[in-house]
Amino acid sequence: MVDLSTQYLGFKLRNPLVVAASPLCKDITNLRHMEDCGAAAIVLHSLFEEQLNLEANELDRYLWDNADVGAEATSIFPDLGSYNIGPEGYLEHIRKAKETVSIPVIASLNGVSRGGWISYAREMQQAGADAIELNVYFIPAEANATAASIEQLYLDLVTEIRKTVTIPVAVKVGPYFSAFANMAQRLEQAGASGIVIFNRFYQPDFDLEELVVKPSVTLSDSHELLLRLHWAAMLHGHLKADVAITGGVHTVEDVVKSMMAGAKVTMLASALLKNGIGYLRSLRNQLEAWLERREYESIEQMQGSMSQRNVPNPKAFQRSNYMRVLSSYSLK
Amino acid sequence: MSRIKVTIDGNEAAAYVAHKTNEVIAIYPITPSSPMGEFSDQWSSESKPNIWGSIPQVMEMQSEGGAVAALHGALQGGSLGTTFTSSQGLLLMIPNMYKIAGELTSCCIHVAARAVAAQGLSIFGDHQDVMAVRQTGWALLASNNVQEVMDTALIAQAATLEARVPFVHFFDGFRTSHEVTKVEQLTVEDMRAMISDELVSAHRLRSLSPDRPVLRGTAQNPDVYFQARETVNPYYAAVPAILQKAMDRFASLTGRQYKLYEYVGAPDAEHVVLLMGSGCDVAEEAVKFLVEKGEKIGLLKVRLFRPFSAEHFLSVLPASVKTISVLDRTKEPGSAGEPLYQEVLTVLAESFAAGKLTAMPKLLGGRYGLSSKEFTPAMVKAVFDNMKAGSPKNHFTIGINDDVSHTSLDFDARFSTEHPSTVRALFFGLGADGTVGANKNSIKIIGEDTDNYAQGYFVYDSKKSGSITTSHLRFGPRPIHSSYLISRANFVACHQFSFLERIDVLKMADEGAVFLLNSQLGKDEVWDQLPRTVQQEIIAKKLRFYVIDGYAVARETGMGQRINTIMQTCFFAISGVLPREEAIEAIKKAIKKTYGKRGEAVVAKNFAAVDSTLEHLHKVEVPAQATSTVDLRPPVPAEAPAFVQDVLAPMIFGSGDDLPVSKLPADGTYPTATAQWEKRNIALEIPAWDEKLCIQCGKCVLVCPHAVIRAKVYPSDLAAAAPESFKTADPKWKNYMGTHKYTLQIAPEDCTGCALCIEACPAKSKSEVKHKAINMVAQPPLRESEARNWEFFLSLPEVPREELALSQVKDVQLLQPLFEFSGACSGCGETPYIKLLTQLFGDRTVIANATGCSSIYGGNLPTTPYSVNKDGRGVAWSNSLFEDNAEFGLGLRLSIDKQHEFARELLVKLAAVLPEGLVKGLLAGGQKGEAAIAAQRARVADLKKVLVALKLPEAKALLDLAGNLVDKSVWIVGGDGWAYDIGYGGLDHVLASGRNVNILVLDTEVYSNTGGQMSKATPRGAVAKFAAAGKARPKKDLALIAMSYPAYVARVAMGASDTQTIKAFNEAEAFDGPSIILAYSHCIAHGYDLVHGLEQQKRAVLSAHWPLFRYNPAAGEGQANFVLDSKAPSIPLEQYIYNETRYTMLRQSDPDAARLLLQEAQQDVRERWERYETLATEFAAPAAPATAAKGAE
Repeated sequence: MVDLSTQYLGFKLRNPLVVAASPLCKDITNLRHMEDCGAAAIVLHSLFEEQLNLEANELDRYLWDNADVGAEATSIFPDLGSYNIGPEGYLEHIRKAKETVSIPVIASLNGVSRGGWISYAREMQQAGADAIELNVYFIPAEANATAASIEQLYLDLVTEIRKTVTIPVAVKVGPYFSAFANMAQRLEQAGASGIVIFNRFYQPDFDLEELVVKPSVTLSDSHELLLRLHWAAMLHGHLKADVAITGGVHTVEDVVKSMMAGAKVTMLASALLKNGIGYLRSLRNQLEAWLERREYESIEQMQGSMSQRNVPNPKAFQRSNYMRVLSSYSLK
Repeated sequence: MSRIKVTIDGNEAAAYVAHKTNEVIAIYPITPSSPMGEFSDQWSSESKPNIWGSIPQVMEMQSEGGAVAALHGALQGGSLGTTFTSSQGLLLMIPNMYKIAGELTSCCIHVAARAVAAQGLSIFGDHQDVMAVRQTGWALLASNNVQEVMDTALIAQAATLEARVPFVHFFDGFRTSHEVTKVEQLTVEDMRAMISDELVSAHRLRSLSPDRPVLRGTAQNPDVYFQARETVNPYYAAVPAILQKAMDRFASLTGRQYKLYEYVGAPDAEHVVLLMGSGCDVAEEAVKFLVEKGEKIGLLKVRLFRPFSAEHFLSVLPASVKTISVLDRTKEPGSAGEPLYQEVLTVLAESFAAGKLTAMPKLLGGRYGLSSKEFTPAMVKAVFDNMKAGSPKNHFTIGINDDVSHTSLDFDARFSTEHPSTVRALFFGLGADGTVGANKNSIKIIGEDTDNYAQGYFVYDSKKSGSITTSHLRFGPRPIHSSYLISRANFVACHQFSFLERIDVLKMADEGAVFLLNSQLGKDEVWDQLPRTVQQEIIAKKLRFYVIDGYAVARETGMGQRINTIMQTCFFAISGVLPREEAIEAIKKAIKKTYGKRGEAVVAKNFAAVDSTLEHLHKVEVPAQATSTVDLRPPVPAEAPAFVQDVLAPMIFGSGDDLPVSKLPADGTYPTATAQWEKRNIALEIPAWDEKLCIQCGKCVLVCPHAVIRAKVYPSDLAAAAPESFKTADPKWKNYMGTHKYTLQIAPEDCTGCALCIEACPAKSKSEVKHKAINMVAQPPLRESEARNWEFFLSLPEVPREELALSQVKDVQLLQPLFEFSGACSGCGETPYIKLLTQLFGDRTVIANATGCSSIYGGNLPTTPYSVNKDGRGVAWSNSLFEDNAEFGLGLRLSIDKQHEFARELLVKLAAVLPEGLVKGLLAGGQKGEAAIAAQRARVADLKKVLVALKLPEAKALLDLAGNLVDKSVWIVGGDGWAYDIGYGGLDHVLASGRNVNILVLDTEVYSNTGGQMSKATPRGAVAKFAAAGKARPKKDLALIAMSYPAYVARVAMGASDTQTIKAFNEAEAFDGPSIILAYSHCIAHGYDLVHGLEQQKRAVLSAHWPLFRYNPAAGEGQANFVLDSKAPSIPLEQYIYNETRYTMLRQSDPDAARLLLQEAQQDVRERWERYETLATEFAAPAAPATAAKGAE
């Protein structure tokens, strides 16, 4: 029997297949199904800072904007007493999730400001979350914001959250840093127990008929894994924090590559949206078979085996490799 | 026993007791009583129990007639039951009220007393409604203020159980129902102590039960009916003593002693005024003030009007009284005197005759306060002055200037009894800026956080967009019973700079008062921009003047356009009612309480607004001289017609109270086309046309709710006289190319800035896609030039109608709208349909309009939006009632048809003396199409010329009727509350009549006008008042029902398909029989920014919530009877509904219920779509109407 277990954020997981934050995690029955199919941990869908603020402001505006505009209609809507504006609904979901599954439940907090919402992290812990994944989804569009100031914003957030909770904190970031290796190290120093690479940013599309910008959600594919592999391999051995790969994990080969690059876990969202939650079972079985076939004893054995440190040609991950790829492309 | 103090209004006070002491509550919304039903529904949905620990059942009915019938049933079933109503609602209850009283049923209903519709509708307070039920056998019991409302509600409930006579407990609509004040709240123990369980048990035992069966409602014959009617006398005789006993018991519990008739004033008074309701508090203030000055006068408050107790009445009337003035807040034309006067007269005359009175006092009757007309201490003084006069006026009026019948008494408006310790604050705000809400909050802060007494009363104008609200706040160490508006304020706040040029904001400012202005101009710049009158008033009254840029603070702190918290903070900071720090803390506490459940972000931004307010508040150094060269703008331009100048302009300016009787039409008939004179300038931004980009599609013109964006094609040479900035383009019509010009013009002063036109515009710049063929730009810089352009545009000729294809959106834009500049909400979803109707058929249309939003923006004074064309033709419009509109419209049809028939008969009779060709043409001339109509009009004109010369009586008769030879279009217009609920019975009958009427249902899926109550058009899952848990049942399919008659039926949504909408209107009008159009109308009651209204309409159709179809029983040969105009659902329902607060608020408050209702609603949509698809298949081939009807069933 091969040992599929791995360590992530201090938890011993039964395998490296973690469910990434996605709408699938909103449904409690899905969570149970995920556990049954072999998921080792679940990252819940994100509690969005902007969403909370938007909902609050919209409710405030539309429920009360038209009150008292006329003698006949001094209000438009009944007063429903409470509106679950704020994290209550999410916290309740954590509580239910914990009652439902026995694998670790990681709450996901998505925001950028250092406002009162950081206190939600504490409430998440109180609700039973085993860890927090801080998803810093930030588009630095302001021209006068320097790279240094943006990086500091990330670090401050991690520091704040770290101070707020005693459970492990992972940070999910995008790839767009000038010096990611350094950034990862500083995130770790700020208190991150895990670095989740990488966020897939929302990229709006154009509707050429209507000439409008429209939201576009495309699922990932295995091609997107390469960037993650690249960075996991380079970070391996330089960080104490665990690296998780998310974005582009679809096949058993993707999982194996991720492990070999040095990731502790792989996180799946698109693969499950495409193939269903039951795909977890198949992936887990394939993983076991793959290891058995090649006589690996454990996942741990292969973790980092193809990291930059452990390959014969470390430059394969650097600039010289880039030149080789391009020239090979031009020869085709 | 300790009782808490609460700051509430009269409606909440009544509902509080009613909900606690009843089991079944049947309700129907009507202003100003609706909040009582809403509170009850809310409390039951929150599982708040009555005093027996059970949650009352609250049921919304289809009308007040239905509510009282359900109440009758509930009472007969042995429950304690109640209802709430006003005005026409109470009138609709009359038949059942006789029954309930005739059966000696214990019950107390609560009425916010209101005017009734006569020469015009009024939502405001007087006693006309309650006086219209005085004959039904119900006891009539009045409350004078909010505390009395709560107390009397309980006393009456206790008394009715013992007396077995049902009670109408009434209080003045708005003045008491909507006045917010600090009262002591009764406890459950108080109520338990007042309500006898044995009497409740006796009530139950009188119920209908098969276990002890009895029968009620017999038909009685001449032999016994009379005697049976007299059996109840002892019960009525006992009421006064029972009621007084209950009042005494109440006094022993609470210390508040009430009397059936209560005297206040000098014990040796010679002159006494007598009245009921909130006027009593006003009179008491005046009487006490004058008695202190030594006057021998008094006030007799009448609480129990029926059954009137001579004994109790006489026991409190001072023996010294020489003259009594009885004031009635009602009007009974042609009567010998109003009801209270007559009652008192009878009592006095009988008592005098019986020797119970030594002398017969002189009795005078007067009318006051109709439709919430102000009633002030100055008027009370005038009533006393009249009594003292040598030959006093009888049957007088007070509060108006009656220069026709000379009934009115003069009064000195300067007479004031306001106590100096009472602070009086006036706030002028814009409907949507939150001023009223903030002031309600301030009243609560002062009432509940300090020892002060507090009173708030709020006045609104009649517009639904850009309305002005005036808040009247009093607070101070003494109890406040001044139930009249503030006329001498020590604090005046104007929250909108633009009001300064529209109304005299400082008229009511007392000397030395504080004036707070929300102004974008700072303390050093503001003075020069004030109108001269304002400057003069500030100087003359020595006002202390402060400014704040509230909008800047709002912007900086994320408050958007809401300046409520900011202005409230200023008020507390300047007024000194609380120490500043304490005030800030209290405001924040109130914010937390009010906004807490709306989320942290909302609380945070309000806190931020409070914190940054004070640094933006500045005192202005007032110069010694007025320097301004601008002044208040005249309410209407100088060129407006005389009636508009003399009568409507004062109403617009806010001085309608000063209009004498002679200025007002005696029969309620008003000229149309007057909204054009009321330039409101309420839009901060207006659309500007980019003529180079425009494709002239006409979509913006079609969707504009206020008819402020219009297009014309006109001969090119006319453009030569245009103002410099007037824009033109070459027309994109083949037949006008080269010879004509096209202009799209905005009415800058009438636009409300909704931006629906921008949303509808499909033309985008190729280099900057946000730039369209029309774009919103700031109004002020364009106001003058665009006003000149608009004037020039109006002077250009209209395109001859016969040159246009009335089925094309592009051509319809060129039709003159005969409905313009209404007071409807900015972005209204209803008015574009009405405007379209007037464009297509307006010059030959009569509209019967059900009461509701469309009757308010259609017919609320001062001005009317229905307008006329160059020939003086336009829509003739009337509003009868809410419940009768279909029948009213049918009556118009019958009348028009009869006159048409008679005209033809006369024509035949006169044929010998009339030109043969003319008669033939008139009788045979078809009137399909604009050209044929024009030809018939020309023939009628010719006929009239001939008839004038004829001396025959038939010729004279035909002259009156000749206009009826031109076909008229009758439209019956109303909302879903009318069509689906209260008017449905009549609508059904009219659809079944087969007569040629057109029915337009403006379906907002909710009672919009009365504030968002559920109707049977409300979809499953939507939250509305009376459906706080989300409507559990699906929307009624009125279209399908209508098909079964058969009638022409269409479902339209202009935002989804303008072409289909236009097609449906044309087909409906052409159909020779009843036709009904159900028009999806987005509405503020849906809870989203109406700029997205058209997009939401699309989604309603794409999700198949609102499938588009047309069913034409008379479809031509080879054409389908039923045409499904929209495609199968392409988006899930949630993508449509979850853009609207009416749905999302349930998802937020009860996600599980929302999920379930969404599933069911999705199923509703699926099933309805399948049904329609089946119909489309079934009727794809030509089918006879009879088959169609069967198929639809």
